[in-house]
Amino acid sequence: MIRRLLAGVAVMWAAATAAYLALLLAPGDTVDILVGDGPDTPEIRAGIIAEWGLDRPEVVQYLAYLGRLLRGDLGRSYQSQRGVGEILAGQVWPTAQLTLAAAATGVALAGVIALVTAGRGRWSRTAASAAELVSVSVPPFLVGIVLLSVFSFTLGWFPVSGAAGPEALVLPALALGLPIAGVLGQVLRDGLERALEQPFAVTARARGLTERALVARHALRHALLPVVTLAGWFTGTLLGGAVITEVLFGRPGLGQVAMQAVTGGDLPVVMAVVLLSAVVYVTISTLLDLAYRVIDPRVRA
Amino acid sequence: MTVSAAPPLLRTLVAVEDLRVRFGRAEVVRGVSLAVRAGECVAVVGESGSGKSVTARSLLGLAGPGSTVTAGSFRIGGRDALRFGQADWRRLRGRFAGLVLQDALVSLDPLRTVAAEIAEVLAVHDVVPRARRRDRVLELLASAGVPDPEARAGQRPHELSGGLRQRVLIASAIAADPELIIADEPTTALDVTVQAQILRLLAERKAAGTALLLISHDLAVVASIADRILVMKDGRVVEEGPADEVLSDPRHPYTRTLLAAVPSAASRGTRLSAPGTPVPPRPVTDVQVLAGTGLTRAYGTRKAVDGVSFSLREGETLGVVGESGSGKTTLARLALGLLEPDDGRVTLLGRPWSGMPERARRPLRSRVQLVSQDPLGSFDPRHTVGRLVAEPLGLPRRERRDRVLDLLERVGLPPELAARHPRELSGGQRQRVAIARALGPRPDVLICDEPVSALDVSVQAQVLDLLADLQAEYGTAMLFISHDLGVVHHVSHRVLVMKDGRAVEEGEAGQVLTRPAHPYTRALVAAVPKLGSAQRNASPSKSPEERHSSMNRK
Amino acid sequence: MRVLAPLAFLVLLAAAVAVPGLFTAVDPLAADPAAALAPPGGAHWLGSDHLGRDVLARVVYGARHSISIGVAATGLAVTAGVLLGLAAGLSPRWLDEALARSFDTLSTLPELLLALLVVAIAGPGTGSVIFAIAVAQVPTYARVVRAQTFVVRRSGYVEQAVTFGRSRAAIVAGHVLPNVLGAIPVLATIGLGTAVIATSGLSFLGMGPQPPAAEWGSMLSEARNYLRVAWWQALFPGAAITLTVICLTVTGRRMQRRFEGRTP
Repeated sequence: MIRRLLAGVAVMWAAATAAYLALLLAPGDTVDILVGDGPDTPEIRAGIIAEWGLDRPEVVQYLAYLGRLLRGDLGRSYQSQRGVGEILAGQVWPTAQLTLAAAATGVALAGVIALVTAGRGRWSRTAASAAELVSVSVPPFLVGIVLLSVFSFTLGWFPVSGAAGPEALVLPALALGLPIAGVLGQVLRDGLERALEQPFAVTARARGLTERALVARHALRHALLPVVTLAGWFTGTLLGGAVITEVLFGRPGLGQVAMQAVTGGDLPVVMAVVLLSAVVYVTISTLLDLAYRVIDPRVRA
Repeated sequence: MTVSAAPPLLRTLVAVEDLRVRFGRAEVVRGVSLAVRAGECVAVVGESGSGKSVTARSLLGLAGPGSTVTAGSFRIGGRDALRFGQADWRRLRGRFAGLVLQDALVSLDPLRTVAAEIAEVLAVHDVVPRARRRDRVLELLASAGVPDPEARAGQRPHELSGGLRQRVLIASAIAADPELIIADEPTTALDVTVQAQILRLLAERKAAGTALLLISHDLAVVASIADRILVMKDGRVVEEGPADEVLSDPRHPYTRTLLAAVPSAASRGTRLSAPGTPVPPRPVTDVQVLAGTGLTRAYGTRKAVDGVSFSLREGETLGVVGESGSGKTTLARLALGLLEPDDGRVTLLGRPWSGMPERARRPLRSRVQLVSQDPLGSFDPRHTVGRLVAEPLGLPRRERRDRVLDLLERVGLPPELAARHPRELSGGQRQRVAIARALGPRPDVLICDEPVSALDVSVQAQVLDLLADLQAEYGTAMLFISHDLGVVHHVSHRVLVMKDGRAVEEGEAGQVLTRPAHPYTRALVAAVPKLGSAQRNASPSKSPEERHSSMNRK
Repeated sequence: MRVLAPLAFLVLLAAAVAVPGLFTAVDPLAADPAAALAPPGGAHWLGSDHLGRDVLARVVYGARHSISIGVAATGLAVTAGVLLGLAAGLSPRWLDEALARSFDTLSTLPELLLALLVVAIAGPGTGSVIFAIAVAQVPTYARVVRAQTFVVRRSGYVEQAVTFGRSRAAIVAGHVLPNVLGAIPVLATIGLGTAVIATSGLSFLGMGPQPPAAEWGSMLSEARNYLRVAWWQALFPGAAITLTVICLTVTGRRMQRRFEGRTP
């Protein structure tokens, strides 16, 4: 367990270092970017260099950067001159809302798909795998566009954009959750079918168990294992997809912030978003690792 | 035929006539008739693909997904099973008949505790009130011979030994006190001493009045416990009768082939696949080819091999027997130079073999070759049989082809197999390809690690005969590793008995395996299921006329 | 028929990438404000967009951008991934550990965000999209190749080859490389599908080929402002992406099944 935490910390450090290296590699002079469209005199430049510590050796700058990160100081935005932490803080909640809602949608739909279709013969297998194939093959923003044109433009049930009220969350959560549901549903379904073919399932049936009880007491737990190992993919899809979904639906959030920063070359902000998503990733995968140990006691040994 | 062996007054628990099971177009059970009466043990014996398992499972309505089961008549527990719906089957399962499968590691849910698995039967059939379930589970564990039930109940299958797991599986099968236990290969993959314990446990249940339907590939396993035996082949029952009659006076040629194919002390020097014919003599010289002294190898703190010495002479077969975890395979890898000993040394043809840099060892590598249990795993999946056999030869292309065909012929494979991929071959053919590869470099020593363990007994017989022929022809020395005492007794000149990494006894095969000196060897020999003495004399001596006539009996 | 359909579509697609003129005589960039947002039929088979450009011509010429970016990115990612994965799988333990950790670190970053970071540094455009997608996918390939290398190195047939006295180099060349690289076409085919989706995603966000170039993702981005009035402007590029990815995935999975059928 301690090893797991240490590994998480190591990954975080490596991600921070990679981000720092990316900053160094970025073309263009940092001072030019900081000066921007403002008045440009040698005095102002010298002031900027002194203020940002750009004249110190790179190792010192790197250590100072790590130190600031540890104190939770993510640096200052080139564009707005505000603290990056401050910029992000206001945007975390809408994105969290979106990703949590999408995750819940995806998991719930996946469970329904799997439980309804598992072990129900060839027809349902074909239907389920076709649905899965489409869900991995359609770009996520296309799902959003289709949902928008059907439910907002044609039927007018949901707002076209914004984040006002729960109705505004429905379509974005669906757009982000549907592709996840397709993949998770298929994995869960395969897991259920595989578990139902195992010798222990024969033993359980030979005890007089109904198929429903067999799924509930035995097969479901086995089927969850491969699902849990998909945590990385799952988190990545949600965080990456959030950017596109927020842009498409005009929702505020970290994705919008990241997009503006990318367009404006505001590297501290982009990097902060990337680092934040690495933190989220490491946290979630550590938690799911723990969940795996609870589901499968064999790995504790 | 005499079916009157069992007393007629006993109640019939299961009676099925003309049972047929199809999967799609393939019919795997083709008209089997079978009856089990209260308190008796009926054994169904057959090789893989004989349909024995499917037959047994059909009796519980569990033939499997995609199966179509039909029967002329099918009565179970006094009711007509042809009219059963799912709910009827469920009422029967566990309550009227319990099922015990092979290898409890996968036959018990690996994620749940032992107690939960057993309690499930009690809950489904509401055998005892919820409050008393825990006590009943502990009683059941105790009656299945699980020591310290309190502690075991909270454990999961992977935390138990193979024997204990199988006992738990039996405890769960008898939890609802069924009248019939269906046991499908209940002792396969268990060590021989553990197998004896499990058979004893099943015999106890039978003595207590539970009927037993025992499925096995091994005639010897069922010999001690079965009242009646059915022999199955290709979905049909080819012979049926009281156990001692089937074993001592088999009528069907297939049964006779099966019995004759079982290697044992008595079969030494004869062909297993052609009973009565002797194998050519396999003389042993005084030239030592491979030797290990004081070999020790540890994995972590556990010593897999601990101070073992052995020597192997030209033309000689040294059998290494032991149960799982005794260090047999580690010894094989040390002998092959795939593993370095922590202590001790190996010499090959009088030259140092262990402790050498790989570069120095390489020229000698062709002198020791390996035949493993899993031939398919030792084949590059992209290669054809011809290319596989050619790999160790390193000859110019033209000569290579002739040599490959020659080798295939020697192991009894037709030349056209050279163009095929091994996955299209049968298990026996694959093992022959493996032997052809090993023979290619004309080695002085062949290390055989459980070479016939995955094969049916009739195929095993052919492969063992082939190895004997090749040894007679080339004088190859063999280190023959097996868990099967019968096989080792059949093939070996000398025997080394291993336990927990140590060699506990070594000597001439007949001496060690018939008059063992060490208590462990004695326990091992005693645990081997015996066919009984009668059949050995009966089977090979029949004249062709008699055989012909018995085929047309009825 | 069902077996050939995906393959036939991919062949057509390859033809569209190579010689788009085969499928349409119209210039994808020719704007005709008078004929803006014309529905399918008549002069414009698949309708026209908000600037009056032919949707069919843009979809056909769009294949060139979308597919070639995907192919280039996948090629780059596969090459780097295979080299890194093999290096890790065949190296001494400490080097393998170091490489494996770096793959792990890279894959903690969501692919799209990693790609955005690259674009943020290198600026938008075709080249940086290729590079961004490649960088984001390298760890996936490297991990698979490393794992596969381990499986092969520990296989029974490699051990058997050692007992035949074959040298390490001969074993790597004769068994390890062929068995590891054999799975690469399968991976690359399925990976190409992912890369095409990623390309369209980045283009949709305006990071890809800049207007007026025709690219499926940016076509969709433009089309979303006219969803209410011109469904065809979004439908056809959307269908093109989806069909392409479905055909790639189906073909890849078939290859995989055939490949796995051969491996015990």
